[in-house]
Amino acid sequence: MGSTDPFWQNSLAMPYPADRPLSPHLQVYRPMYTIVLSILHRASGLYLSVCGFLFVGWLFAAALGPDAYACAAAFFSSLALRIVLALALAAFWYHLFAGVRHLAWDAGYGFEKRTARLSGRLMVACAAAALALTLVFTPAGRFVAGLP
Amino acid sequence: MSARPGAASRHWRYQRLTSIALIPLGLWFLVALLRQPSLEHAVVTGWFGKPLQALLATLLGAALLWHSMQGIQVVLEDYVRGKLLGLLLVLARIAHLAAALALGYAIWVLASGGAA
Repeated sequence: MGSTDPFWQNSLAMPYPADRPLSPHLQVYRPMYTIVLSILHRASGLYLSVCGFLFVGWLFAAALGPDAYACAAAFFSSLALRIVLALALAAFWYHLFAGVRHLAWDAGYGFEKRTARLSGRLMVACAAAALALTLVFTPAGRFVAGLP
Repeated sequence: MSARPGAASRHWRYQRLTSIALIPLGLWFLVALLRQPSLEHAVVTGWFGKPLQALLATLLGAALLWHSMQGIQVVLEDYVRGKLLGLLLVLARIAHLAAALALGYAIWVLASGGAA
């Protein structure tokens, strides 16, 4: 990279790994509600990545046959995995609504500070409501939530 | 690294495309999963034994693993530097490729009734 570096790459003497603007370094910001939402979008995305591998493992066990599937079913029924799956449900709803908010930004909508704060609150409310509904009103949700 | 022209905008475009695809596909999977009467082996094989369900599972798996790899790549590029970055990116690609192969095999077996 020479003197023609784009503006986001020329201020620090560091090797840059990507030819795109990198995310801002968080230490320079005062914690704010919208920043926490942004971090949660990344965290829930990473968590869902891991859960994607669990999904593949579950389907692979089903394809191997009843014995392998029984092993997988016992694994997924353990308390630890039920907590993992309940968190996966929360991450799913959060990442879905936060993702829709991101797509709206990509389309050019909602950049006003007031709108961004409002859409953030709306998104969290939608995710929380969807999580509560799926945990309480579906058999699988009640199973992972430990409800009768 | 990744100095190919257009690589970053292509990454951006495919991340949006897969995210749009994952809205209906993710909702389909969650609703279908929560609507199953039970998750016994016979129920799961019956579910993915139907051609449309197997097709949707294939599309979900492709979009999910692609989107997952793209997201992990972005996070790694933001927070990891140097040789470790290259190593972690390769490991992530291998893991996603292996998952794609395993998922393809599983759906193929289930859709052809092989595990019933």
